[in-house]
Amino acid sequence: MTFSSPNFSTTSLHRKPGLLRNRANGAMTALAATFATIAVLPLIFVIAYVLIKGISVLSPSIFFELPPPPGLDGGGIGNALIGTLVVTLISCVFAVPVGVGGGIYLAEFSQGNKFAEFVRFGTNVLAGVPSIIAGVFIYGLVVSTRVIFGNSYSAVAGGLALAVLMLPTIIKTTDEGLKLVPQELRWGALGVGASTFVTTMKVVLPAAVAPIATGVVLAIARSAGETAPLIFTALFSPFWPEGIFKPLATMSVLIFNFAIMPYEAQITLAWAASFVLVVMILGMNIFARWISGFAQR
Amino acid sequence: MSFSTHITDVPDDQVAITCDNVTISYGSFEAVKSVFLEVPRGKVTAFIGPSGCGKSTVLRCFNRMNDLIPSFSLKGRIIYEGQDLYEPKVDPVEVRRRIGMVFQRPNPFPKSIYENIAFGARINGYTGDMDELVERSLRRAAVWDECKDKLQESGYSLSGGQQQRLCIARTIATQPDVILMDEPCSALDPISTLKVEETMHELKKEFTIVIVTHNMQQAVRVSDMTAFYNADAVEGGSGKVGYLVEFDETANIFNNPKQQSTQEYVSGRFG
Repeated sequence: MTFSSPNFSTTSLHRKPGLLRNRANGAMTALAATFATIAVLPLIFVIAYVLIKGISVLSPSIFFELPPPPGLDGGGIGNALIGTLVVTLISCVFAVPVGVGGGIYLAEFSQGNKFAEFVRFGTNVLAGVPSIIAGVFIYGLVVSTRVIFGNSYSAVAGGLALAVLMLPTIIKTTDEGLKLVPQELRWGALGVGASTFVTTMKVVLPAAVAPIATGVVLAIARSAGETAPLIFTALFSPFWPEGIFKPLATMSVLIFNFAIMPYEAQITLAWAASFVLVVMILGMNIFARWISGFAQR
Repeated sequence: MSFSTHITDVPDDQVAITCDNVTISYGSFEAVKSVFLEVPRGKVTAFIGPSGCGKSTVLRCFNRMNDLIPSFSLKGRIIYEGQDLYEPKVDPVEVRRRIGMVFQRPNPFPKSIYENIAFGARINGYTGDMDELVERSLRRAAVWDECKDKLQESGYSLSGGQQQRLCIARTIATQPDVILMDEPCSALDPISTLKVEETMHELKKEFTIVIVTHNMQQAVRVSDMTAFYNADAVEGGSGKVGYLVEFDETANIFNNPKQQSTQEYVSGRFG
């Protein structure tokens, strides 16, 4: 079979836009770009919508004031903002040591034994557990039994519920982050006579700090917006927080409570709080990206 | 099949490490079989042989680096300073402090050049003048001139050859007795290789060095003694089992080997 090659010396190398392959190429690129745009539209719409709805009360003062009593105007979401920060902080106190420690065990010390496999599988399952189940679980474990110094609903209970949700993310990112550390680095440290503990703490962990920190921040960003686990645990309060063993207001529960109230002032505040919460979570995500940027450098 | 030479004419106090009928297995698979070997003190000993013959495996047993592989097991004895390294009571961390190691690929820590050296010394309880130790170690590894002006910069800012000499400096900073080198030049260009070899010539005045190399010219250039390993297919098995063919002075191995397979390997007829 013969193959007659075209006369290359006379054919132009210039791109011909009219060719079928070039037109198909352009069409597919446009289609992909359209879908990509549609994918980010919900975020833009959500931010724009909550901004429009809540802008009438959005002012610096809402960050420092209590919500108004029913029927009155004005007020703010100061207590819920502090409450969210407190609950998130408490959840970190529980979830970060356990999560990072567990991840270190899985990646550095388990050597892939059966127990580690079980923990990894369990972590994946836990990541898929609906958040309301975490809330009910902590309600049954802590709130209804009053084990925390006789208190029922409390910020600590809320923090515990969020910690359950954060754990899988932190364990997983720690585990994966440590696995990315080259094996040669561990050999190098062991080769100069470092113990496994020193090797992990002084060489391996610092090399993986960026992915671990990213995981922690993403876990916080996820849990900060959770409502269901807090309804059963931290409950709500129209007053300033009275300590970590008492119920307190959080942003998400405030939105949940106020959005269904028949008062205009509360509904607008719910919109404003939604906007603040979305921006907070967006900020956390940008912060996480910024941290992980260090890893590439 | 296997033939091992037992060097008996080396006086006991001249021996750094003795392999006494060492067989190393990964799971049920035997990687190296029946090695008898006496590494002389204060000399450079080279391990040569085709890929998969177990020379790196034997080397990594000398400071218990193979412990990191879960399925690893060892039969026989490896004796250092009159102690069996694989006795249950022996702490691998103590072993590695006396028997340091330089790896195939340069692996500086993600810290400054200064900290790379100071890390090992500090965990080994060094309390003297750290600046002086860092300078001395870098000088002995022949990399001082290239990094004396950037000690606080990351170890990664050095070139591959400089990084490898930094790793050598890091190892000698802990003042070990023996230095193991696992193909230290395989990731380096010829110029860097030459510099590392010069470093070795300096170091053998104070340390016992064992080096695994694929480069036979390198073995001739740097070593006093050479051990040639080979591997044979096992009957009914899937892999190959390595064994020590011949261990002698480097000049004898390359010019006047006793074994046929050594002759064939060093003359480039196989491997």
